[in-house]
Amino acid sequence: MTLAATSPTGAIARKHLPPGRYGLVDLLRSEWTKLRTVRSTMWTLGITIVVGVGVSALATGEARAHWASMAAPTRLGFDPTRISLTPLFFCQLAIGVLGVLVMSAEYGTGTARATFAAAPRRAQVLVAKTAVFGAVALLVSEVTAFLSFLVGQAMLTAPASHASLSTPSALRAVVGTGLYLCVVSLFALGLGTILRHTAGGISAFVGVLLVLPLIVQALPSSIQNATLRFLPARIGVTMMTPASRTPHAFSVWTGFLVLCAYAVAALVVGGVLLVRRDA
Amino acid sequence: MIEARGLTKRYGDKLAVDGLTFAVRPGVVTGFLGPNGAGKSTTMRMIMGLDAPSAGDVTVNGRHYHGLPWPLHEVGALLEAKAIHPGRSARAHLLMLAEANRIPRRRVEEVLELVGLTAVAGRRAGKFSLGMGQRLGIAAALLGDPEVLLFDEPVNGLDPDGIRWVRNLLKGLAHEGRTVFVSSHLMSEMALTADEVVIIGRGRLIAQHPIGDLLDRSAQRFVRVRSPQMELLVAALDGAGATVTLEEDGSASVRGLDAPTIGDLASDARVALHELSPQSASLEEAYMELTEDSIEYHGAHPAVAVPAGGTR
Repeated sequence: MTLAATSPTGAIARKHLPPGRYGLVDLLRSEWTKLRTVRSTMWTLGITIVVGVGVSALATGEARAHWASMAAPTRLGFDPTRISLTPLFFCQLAIGVLGVLVMSAEYGTGTARATFAAAPRRAQVLVAKTAVFGAVALLVSEVTAFLSFLVGQAMLTAPASHASLSTPSALRAVVGTGLYLCVVSLFALGLGTILRHTAGGISAFVGVLLVLPLIVQALPSSIQNATLRFLPARIGVTMMTPASRTPHAFSVWTGFLVLCAYAVAALVVGGVLLVRRDA
Repeated sequence: MIEARGLTKRYGDKLAVDGLTFAVRPGVVTGFLGPNGAGKSTTMRMIMGLDAPSAGDVTVNGRHYHGLPWPLHEVGALLEAKAIHPGRSARAHLLMLAEANRIPRRRVEEVLELVGLTAVAGRRAGKFSLGMGQRLGIAAALLGDPEVLLFDEPVNGLDPDGIRWVRNLLKGLAHEGRTVFVSSHLMSEMALTADEVVIIGRGRLIAQHPIGDLLDRSAQRFVRVRSPQMELLVAALDGAGATVTLEEDGSASVRGLDAPTIGDLASDARVALHELSPQSASLEEAYMELTEDSIEYHGAHPAVAVPAGGTR
């Protein structure tokens, strides 16, 4: 009853704002809610893991089946870690699609307006998105890499040679595979932010990862040798392989930094456009 | 309080919004009227900081939208129906907005209850009807209990019950002392809700008035008279400076004098009056007249595009 004695101006007079202003912590929470409350997230992440483990099992199973008929030099060069990890290139499509969607779906559905009305400092929204999606992508990518490695090695029963996490450089290759998938999906998020369109973002992503290598291979060998090392796919092979035998490639961690540069460049360009363009 | 000063938006060589200056006061419902394509939505997006003005500026409670520390606590907006991810539930949509501005979770349930979506709050919004989407948009606007509210065509897609509900909601919000700015292309709708109107055409301000004044300014306003001594009456009215038009049905339309003055003149001239009835245009007609002018005189300054009424 005491509360019934409202001020003459009603609800407005009682209004008090939280201290300070909205910030990154609020946006991280909001982005996490956004990510976990749409089915496409669970679908694409689920597909990433299932496809990864599946293709890895297929490749290793195939190798095991042909082990007996394998020529001696082939057996000598056989790298069980590599064969269980490089099939994970397939996963980049699933997790990359999610990366594009995380931003493009906002525009496709009109949610972007609600988002930017709540948080008009848009660069901060992109930072929060990148952090939340990046953390989830890293977790899922590493889970995929470890599971694929373990399942793949289990398929390679004796007499086929197989590896374990204590095999030299195997752990680095497994972790590297997860990192590759994570960074590539952040590159996709950057493309989605630049293009604001799901189909366009996915096309650009596929273009850079799958079509660009074909174009480079059609170039004269002098240019080819100079440019090959910059291709994400080439960097990926190095990161997924224990002992790199790839010609015209960066070393593992230099390659990783170049890959990160792709993602950072796409995200920075996307961020600048995000702030400049009308929502 | 919303204040626009010389607000302009240019797309290529087309001016979508052209030097708009107006103020929207708290405590009343202000209608934002104009034909489709007049620049209403663009203006609202500029108020919300979504589109950047090409020139001029607009503030909410004295600040640019980007400078608001807690935007949703201060401004709520329904900008378009169903601007929501079809795979996300109504509850999740409101929750992610609430979290971005540290609005307590229970407020999400409150606004869901308020707009009548509690029962379907967990369902994917893609399955919502246009009306339900509109209600969800209104819930999002009310989420932060803001002082300033913007609604872009809020009754679109609503059934008659829903339309009445929105009208009462808008009036109630204004009554609580909030600033309520509602766009519509239908004068008939605004006539029932708005206390004041801002009318634009082709991106330009045509008029800002209390809604009652709109009728007074209309050229359609006149007084119909009938008299058995029409010639005497017309002479008396002419003498007083009125414009008199004789109609085919034997009545006369008088512009430039109000009914009491005409009655007094008739009495002084000892003329019997059989009819003395003020006629006003409907708001719809007044509005059509105003917006037509904006198209007809597109070279004119907005201020002179307001017709000077029926007087000469």
